Amino acid sequence: MPHDHHDHPHALLPPDPALRVKALETILTRKGLIDPAALDEIIDTYQNRIGPQNGARVVAKAWSDPAFRAALLEDATPVVADLGYYGRQGEHMVVVENTPARHNMVVCTLCSCYPWPLLGIPPGWYKSDAYRARAVREPRKVLAEFGVTLPEGTAVRVWDSTAEVRYLVLPMQPEGTEGMSEDELAALVTRDSMIGTGLPKVPA
Amino acid sequence: MSSCPEHSAPEPAFEQPWHAQVFALTVALNEAGRFDWPDWAARFSETLKRHGLSRELDGGDDYFHAWLETLEALLAENGAADPDEVTAIRRAWEDAYLGTPHGQPVHLPSSR
Repeated sequence: MPHDHHDHPHALLPPDPALRVKALETILTRKGLIDPAALDEIIDTYQNRIGPQNGARVVAKAWSDPAFRAALLEDATPVVADLGYYGRQGEHMVVVENTPARHNMVVCTLCSCYPWPLLGIPPGWYKSDAYRARAVREPRKVLAEFGVTLPEGTAVRVWDSTAEVRYLVLPMQPEGTEGMSEDELAALVTRDSMIGTGLPKVPA
Repeated sequence: MSSCPEHSAPEPAFEQPWHAQVFALTVALNEAGRFDWPDWAARFSETLKRHGLSRELDGGDDYFHAWLETLEALLAENGAADPDEVTAIRRAWEDAYLGTPHGQPVHLPSSR
């Protein structure tokens, strides 16, 4: 730490990268290339408004409405846009359906491409070298570390997201939840179940 | 409850304020048309690959270090932010922090 005093005679100095970001922001603002208010708006959006709750609504609706589900699997981008989920990093979204025969799992081996409008900002592990390298090479082992053990007969298909195409997994609906409302169903859908590294919660 | 709480606990979208700032800066510049996202992703993945050669990246702070390095290089190349100017303004911010009494808002001197 640059400053470990107990009383600070001056403002606490931010870490080096934070100062470099401030420098970029200052230069670009002075040139009129960015608007600081727009930056605050972007941060607020991803910190508070966009997250896995969006994807969970889509999944719950797909479980409840067969026509919606069929349209979603056919061409997801306009279908989720109708629900208000579109925009940055959601230009082309593809939904892949888990079945008893096939479990789907999503990775971005290049960097961290992810369907932002549906899931928000990816968690740290999604961006780690370990996950990016191993998801393709040994998906079952990775799944086991996430606590997911699949039946022998279930194949695992790994989808590699890119800057052009982003995937969302449609998990299988847990048994015994057929009569539930969409709100109740959405509460069962975890972020990881839509990346394919988890399964939906089972109602108590 | 999930069987694997450490993977399903809600996490903050950004661990550090500067992670959020550099992310937002990049998104804003992309939307302003300064570069397109596939170009960004290709450059960023090159940086990650280079950093990952010497050590295993954990996807946290090191991820955003790679992000910042990519953005600095891109802005140097397209002329939006000259590296010497970045260094000078970064120094001016550091001086401003060190010269501002604790608890006061920090501003750059308007001349700089």
